[in-house]
Amino acid sequence: MNIPRPSLAVYLMANEDAPALAEAAVRGGATVIELGIPYSDPLADGTTIQRAAQAALDAGITPERALELLAEINDRVDVPLVPMTYGAIVESYGLEDFCRDAAKAGAEALIVADIPPEESGPLRDAAAAEGVDLIHLVAPTSRPERIESAAAASTGFVYLVAAVGVTGARENLDPRVAELLELTRGAAGDTPILGGFGVSTRAHVEGLIAAGTDGAIVGSAAIDAIERGGAEALEELVRDLAAGLPS
Amino acid sequence: MSSTDTAQHGTPADAYPPDDMGRWGEFGGRFVPETVMAALDELEAGMNEAFADPAFHAELALLARDFVGRPTPLYLAERLTEDVGGARIWLKREDLAHTGAHKINNALGQAVIAKRLGKQRIVAETGAGQHGVATATACARFGLKAVVYMGEEDMRRQRPNVVRMKMLGAEVIPVTNGAGTLKDALNDAIRDWIANVEDTHYLIGTAAGPHPYPYLVRRLQAVIGEESRGQMLDRAGRLPDAVVACVGGGSNAIGIFHSFRDDPVRLIGVEAGGTGGALHARSLSGGKVSILHGSRSYVLCDDDGQVVETHSISAGLDYPGVGPEHAYLHATGRAEFIGATDDESLVAFDRLCHLEGIIPALETSHALVIAERIARDLGPSGDVLVGLSGRGDKDVDQIAARRGIE
Repeated sequence: MNIPRPSLAVYLMANEDAPALAEAAVRGGATVIELGIPYSDPLADGTTIQRAAQAALDAGITPERALELLAEINDRVDVPLVPMTYGAIVESYGLEDFCRDAAKAGAEALIVADIPPEESGPLRDAAAAEGVDLIHLVAPTSRPERIESAAAASTGFVYLVAAVGVTGARENLDPRVAELLELTRGAAGDTPILGGFGVSTRAHVEGLIAAGTDGAIVGSAAIDAIERGGAEALEELVRDLAAGLPS
Repeated sequence: MSSTDTAQHGTPADAYPPDDMGRWGEFGGRFVPETVMAALDELEAGMNEAFADPAFHAELALLARDFVGRPTPLYLAERLTEDVGGARIWLKREDLAHTGAHKINNALGQAVIAKRLGKQRIVAETGAGQHGVATATACARFGLKAVVYMGEEDMRRQRPNVVRMKMLGAEVIPVTNGAGTLKDALNDAIRDWIANVEDTHYLIGTAAGPHPYPYLVRRLQAVIGEESRGQMLDRAGRLPDAVVACVGGGSNAIGIFHSFRDDPVRLIGVEAGGTGGALHARSLSGGKVSILHGSRSYVLCDDDGQVVETHSISAGLDYPGVGPEHAYLHATGRAEFIGATDDESLVAFDRLCHLEGIIPALETSHALVIAERIARDLGPSGDVLVGLSGRGDKDVDQIAARRGIE
């Protein structure tokens, strides 16, 4: 997967509105779309994404349907697509089957929030066989050797967790981002690094860029915007955040 | 330790450790967001240092004796035995431990480790409230801040324990997600831990979760089996034919089983059979291998991997997962796992009340259902050891309401 530098990735929950919302996000300046495949017990997610996942499950969104929606998004926008989910979902689907179907639907990379690098061997192999990149997370609490292994194992981009905690919009990003970024950069080589968790304002995006990342990931704030004002509010938010990227 | 020693003293608490990946066979591991991986490494190192430190063992031994009241008695339930008309039924009285259940063994051990790691804040989940009370107690004892997540439904059905936790100074946070039961409380406790991982220890109450928790909890609960094995040899002059314990996540069961691991003794875990139909919490006898709460084990989930709703009359067994070491004992056939229904458990509850003058927890009542059945099958020459994991004070409101007792 090749993402532009700088990049703004926008996370959407897989639901029937997702294709139209993806178009709105791309109009606003999104350069990557992450599509959440809902899971009943999303440990890494705060209340906003938990609620969105539960609503999607209640609406009958299965992993199969989520991949169909991904394919629909792929027909409508021309940016890299990245499904994001949890280990129980991809294992129940079957690692090989999941990677094959995701690749067919247009996925260029994959994020599984609760499969850390040391548990990711079989998934990495299955993804690689389909030409799908596997993205790992590095966190402010990660020790240097973990940052190195996660960054080195990531292809596509490295997901830098910019705040300790679960996903969700917040006031301030972690002050250790700069230090974390330096270690990550050393191990990631040419792989881009995007910062996420808590990104909700243009100032956050500017802060991440100033720290030296290649861009930002916005999730909960995007879902908040959709709940507030649908595709229009999403496009407006994304445009505002994208203005924080250097042109 | 030589095999002769094992025959004499039972399987040592540290035997059968998980492998380098924290697994027994394919079960266990660490399936958690990156933010807490460092905390798990830190805990594993802290656990290893503590278990290698004689001062830690001395501190725990003193607490066990003077604070918890260990060793807990082994009690021959004569009238129950006579009524069943089969093997002798022996009760390991964890209900007599301080706070009323085996949970205190683990809570104190982890609190001491948390203190050694310099953590000032403890977060825990609770189902029946017994682990919440044990955690609140250990935190009061060591001057730590306790935050306990408890499902709203469980707060309703186990109200006495909510009051006890608050009296002990803990903050109890109601969980409204999902069905408002133990699974949802674990989710929110883990999320709190992820957000506050630098000053907070997650004091899990059961033998589940990411490595090293299942192994840590087993080591801290193995005292139940160590004591009862010695007590059986002293009192009965032989090992039991079977050891029976209830299994939610499985901490009391793994604790009483472990010492007998290398003995010719049947290990029988009793899961919540619920209504006897589709609504139950039998993760091992009715689930499939998946990932939940940080480890790979048997989970009650649908074909997509979504966790399904469970049901049990007992809040402590109302959990869709199970500790990974139980999954391994199940997969290898070393232990058997059987369900007991809500109704059967209520009958066993009454029988222990009326025949022995002991009010057991509803969780424990599930074990009694199967213990009676095994005792009958074994006949009078046999011996059955039951983990009487907790007392039923917490359940009296729920049962009184069901029965119309005023």
